[in-house]
Amino acid sequence: MMRKHMDAGHIEYLRSLVEPERIQVGNEISEDYSHDELGGVKSSPEVLIQAASEQEISRIMKYAYVEKIPVVVRGAGTGLVGASVAVCGGIMLETTAMNRILELDEENMTVTVEPGVLLMELSQYVEERGFFYPPDPGEKSATIGGNISTNAGGMRAVKYGVTRDFVRGLTVVLPNGEIETMGGKIVKNSSGYDLKDLIIGSEGTLAVITKAVLKLLPLPEKSVSLLIPYNSVGEAVHAVPEILKLKGNPAAIEFMEKEVISFAEDYLGKRFPDTASPAYLLLTYDGNSKIQIEEECRKTAGYCLEHGARDVLLIDTDERKESVWSARGAFLEAIKASTTEMDECDVVVPRDKVEEFILHVHKLAHEFRIRIPGFGHAGDGNLHIYICRDELGEEEWNTKCSGIFKKMYKKADELGGAVSGEHGIGYAKKTYFKEQAGENMIRLMRGIKRVFDPDGILNPGKVIDDAQ
Amino acid sequence: MRILVCIKQVPGTAKVDVDEKTGVLKRDTAETKMNPFDLFAIEEGLKIREKYGGNVDVLTMGPSQAEAVLVEAVWMGADRGILLSDRNFAGADVAATSYTIVQGIRKMGDYDLIICGKQTTDGDTAQTGPEAAEFLQIEHISNVLEIERKEGGRLVVLENQDDCVRKLEIPLPCLITVEKNANTPRLPSLKRALTEKQIEIIKLELRDLPDTDTNHYGLTGSPTQVERIFPPEKKETKQMFEGNAGQIAAKFKEILTEQKFV
Repeated sequence: MMRKHMDAGHIEYLRSLVEPERIQVGNEISEDYSHDELGGVKSSPEVLIQAASEQEISRIMKYAYVEKIPVVVRGAGTGLVGASVAVCGGIMLETTAMNRILELDEENMTVTVEPGVLLMELSQYVEERGFFYPPDPGEKSATIGGNISTNAGGMRAVKYGVTRDFVRGLTVVLPNGEIETMGGKIVKNSSGYDLKDLIIGSEGTLAVITKAVLKLLPLPEKSVSLLIPYNSVGEAVHAVPEILKLKGNPAAIEFMEKEVISFAEDYLGKRFPDTASPAYLLLTYDGNSKIQIEEECRKTAGYCLEHGARDVLLIDTDERKESVWSARGAFLEAIKASTTEMDECDVVVPRDKVEEFILHVHKLAHEFRIRIPGFGHAGDGNLHIYICRDELGEEEWNTKCSGIFKKMYKKADELGGAVSGEHGIGYAKKTYFKEQAGENMIRLMRGIKRVFDPDGILNPGKVIDDAQ
Repeated sequence: MRILVCIKQVPGTAKVDVDEKTGVLKRDTAETKMNPFDLFAIEEGLKIREKYGGNVDVLTMGPSQAEAVLVEAVWMGADRGILLSDRNFAGADVAATSYTIVQGIRKMGDYDLIICGKQTTDGDTAQTGPEAAEFLQIEHISNVLEIERKEGGRLVVLENQDDCVRKLEIPLPCLITVEKNANTPRLPSLKRALTEKQIEIIKLELRDLPDTDTNHYGLTGSPTQVERIFPPEKKETKQMFEGNAGQIAAKFKEILTEQKFV
């Protein structure tokens, strides 16, 4: 990859492509654009453009392709692994102004959106019309473009799957500026390699997403959650595979520890409905039949009470859902607020190994004498673990962090897991990913990258690219 | 301490349309739930019981289906429920409702503390609690944020005045209404639901009450006569006033005077 600093000529040309208020250069660019949500990776783009249309992105890409200028696409900047940070400078294309919901197709049950539509806007729009877009990542102010780029999962993955399962079609601008459509409103497709699925989860390294056709479901009429307190987090997650064996088909199974709940209480300034126990499971059942949901809840409650749960608490009204889920939604921010700096681990392991992994993390916290709070999707094996710096000096922090990460990813690998369940590899997790994926996999991925982007101008330095 | 919490079953959704022709409330579904304000009242009652001992009864007036909210309150931790249900109670306004509730209370014996939610999400008057206290001729305080402590035969409570909080003492027996978000209500326990012995619900009809005169109940016993129910006119224009309560009140008076309403 040829890192190329942009000169006055480049900037002048780009200015000729977009209105003055949508382009910023050098010091005009806010510091916010130099990092993402977690902030560990810092670097500013040389030019920031608030993209307005597919055609405009195409023109910019054509130019960047010829001039070999790095281009990084950014949505709402809520990523956690530095994937949307311009580590090689160049142009940043921000897509948040491309936020129109283009079409709701009730016959094909799809919604077509631009990449800058926020997840919360999308779910509100479709739910008001009786439809349901199930992917439910905690960060509701993320863009759908970002969700597709990381193949975001969220809390309902255990029943409904992840973002990939809801993308029917994509329109993208390739690094050379050509516009291409992959998939569409069709339900089935066995026609050649599925390039759409390659774009999903590619973290902006293969193409720029400009339009997405998303699959919708009918909105379930009812949902009920259960909060189940346990004596230890081990006991709580141990129950999960057994609960799944009851075949009740829960939409979400989350686990949380008392410490993290108390951070959320402090952060939100309101009390959680129950804090007497060291650990909790939070389950949701949804559907259209009240009787069926009640039956599922009763069956689960019966099983859990017979197998070590201290109680099973019912969350059946909007007020009760708000009191519990608002805390769950604030966990990341709450942990962040509890420390000076943190780094995250988003591993995924088979769900019958969650208990073993969590106990391993507890052991590491003890061994390294550092705070490692966590929570996660016990139902799909995806854990969110945060190493907290607190009062540690720079050097000690870095040493401990990398020591713990190495051990955590090694353990995840042993258990048949993967480096990232939903946050992606981006910049921050490259080393761990490379190690886990192995030479062959990296070679294949680099080959794919070269076909899309021979000069490596799109999001350089990410996922499998060593550029710094 | 003998504690009673008065609760109500309300429509499950906040969205209730009115049929303009008939004035009847159009309820989308038959879904019902406990009045959300009452959850804070129950929580306050349970907290007091934890601190000072005693028992917590819950009482509601309504059709037989209203038993569901009593059961839910017992799942939350209340000791037993009292259902006031009789065809003669139907169509009651605030005065007749609070009179009926007070009859139920008299039947059940003396309570040291009666707790109500601040208001309901369907009636919205916030008067039933205070009117019941007047019928009972006991002291009452509305908008209570917290029962701080019990001192002998008195309670020390914090009362929300919006721009300040007043600390007040009130002698027992008394009635308080609890402010929204005064606490975090605990969740109903399915452990209690599945493993507790028979849930005790006492059912009271008109003939069980001290006063059995049908003229004092329901629509007949209601001094309020509803002429017409209609949805509020939707207006596009609105004026917002900012400032403290005093400033806003002064501005409001000015406008009312200007428009010759006062």
